[in-house]
Amino acid sequence: MAYSDKVIDHYTNPRNVGTLDKSSHKVGTGLVGAPECGDVMRLQIQVDENNIITDAKFKTFGCGSAIASSSLATEWLKGKTVDDAMKIDNMDIVEELALPPVKIHCSVLAEDAIKAAINDFRVKNGMEPIALEKTHH
Amino acid sequence: MNIPIYLDNNATTPMDPRVLEAMLPYFNEKFGNAASRNHPFGWVAEEGVDYAREQVAKLIGASEKEIIFTSGATESDNLAIKGVFEMYKEKGNHIITTVTEHKAVLDACKHVEKLGGKVTYLPVKVDGIVDLDVLEAAMTPETILVSIMYGNNEIGVIQPIKEIAAIAHKHGALFMTDATQAVGKIPVDVNTDGIDLLALSAHKIYGPKGVGALYVRRKGPRVKVTAQMDGGGHERGMRSGTLNVPGIVGLGKACEIAGQEMESEAKRLSTLRDKLEASLTQLDESYVNGNVEHRLPHVANISFKYVEGEGLMMAMKDLAVSSGSACTSASLEPSYVLKSLGLSDDLAHSSIRFGLGRFTTEEEVDYAIEVTKKAVTHLRELSPLWEMFKEGIDLDSIEWAEH
Repeated sequence: MAYSDKVIDHYTNPRNVGTLDKSSHKVGTGLVGAPECGDVMRLQIQVDENNIITDAKFKTFGCGSAIASSSLATEWLKGKTVDDAMKIDNMDIVEELALPPVKIHCSVLAEDAIKAAINDFRVKNGMEPIALEKTHH
Repeated sequence: MNIPIYLDNNATTPMDPRVLEAMLPYFNEKFGNAASRNHPFGWVAEEGVDYAREQVAKLIGASEKEIIFTSGATESDNLAIKGVFEMYKEKGNHIITTVTEHKAVLDACKHVEKLGGKVTYLPVKVDGIVDLDVLEAAMTPETILVSIMYGNNEIGVIQPIKEIAAIAHKHGALFMTDATQAVGKIPVDVNTDGIDLLALSAHKIYGPKGVGALYVRRKGPRVKVTAQMDGGGHERGMRSGTLNVPGIVGLGKACEIAGQEMESEAKRLSTLRDKLEASLTQLDESYVNGNVEHRLPHVANISFKYVEGEGLMMAMKDLAVSSGSACTSASLEPSYVLKSLGLSDDLAHSSIRFGLGRFTTEEEVDYAIEVTKKAVTHLRELSPLWEMFKEGIDLDSIEWAEH
């Protein structure tokens, strides 16, 4: 199966690869997936006092589409408020990267990683985690 | 050196130009039906087929009368398993095979189960080899067939065929082997090995796709299979259908060349394979899958821990290889062969199969080493698992969310 140009671009030049200090209260970390399923994503956000995501980093073990989905997610997260970040839907990623049906789970994983990072940040800062509904397409 | 480099010779091989040359006249000037007995067009085609039959027989130490031409190894496997089950049902209904067989064997066995047959799927040891004691223990008076592959397509492991055949025969069963990956690569002799039925394919040995053969023993014992396709009674009544004359001629030529060049090729390829393996296992946390002593000369299957196979192949875009990773198939299940060796799912996901071939050069292998090393290093920089490993975190201690 051939990859879309956007997947290849993100895969070849992944944005925001790296690690933020996960002990910082400004940083939220989401680690989703499982090695035995063939994909694990770690997505981190750094949030300022105005609730704006100032930095985002990822590392992903997975196929090209999983790497591209998480790379794209970090790009989208930067500059967004946490509330807007919660609204990122996996289907937006599917559309942007033109993922084929067998790769939709990669986008789902990216959405899960965003939400997990946000909840980690919330819990660290004394807020209730947001209950996650299974709204994936 | 031409890019991309083809290192997937277990999937298929390019045709040898000598094979193509032998085939060409049979598409037009010698187009006759090999079953037309009453005119020269038929005779010429039949001559081509007869000669090919000898070439195929010679490669495996058989007599030409024991070769049944088919559309490929999948058909040969089906004909052998279903055909024996039907032919020998008075004698028993039990078949023994292994979990690492090709799907053509496994699914033919499942079909037999639907027809009321009993099938035992033997496990393999961690190196991919069948435990002979386990085989012996599985034999029953009802066992009519033992079907165990010669060389494995994913890891290249060679089974102790002679010993397996002896056990099958001791208990009155026939022995069949899917030798698709082994024939033409290593010496295979149906008599010294004790093989009663053997499946082979042309496109794995630099011949054309869509043609293969089933060896069916004629003496000691005389083996019969029930035809699975009804028609004109070709191939001694075991496989009806107008013969694919150009394909068969190509298969014959491919067998002849393989026989002549096998010894030097096996040496050359195993040297290249060893070089590839030695270089790539210098990378941390990389492991060769399967027995490294008893295996085909041209296959290396290596797991690069903490990187995922499909992602890795994308970084190795100048190399055509394959992976045991789930992501390459729709099933999302990683390679059942690697899992049968007891490999954890994550190691199975991290595997790459390199299949060298007749046209692989040392320059290409050197390039493949360089590309693979770079790709593994690149992907590990992206891998959260690699980072955790480097930090000394035990990945098994983490509660992963299944998805």
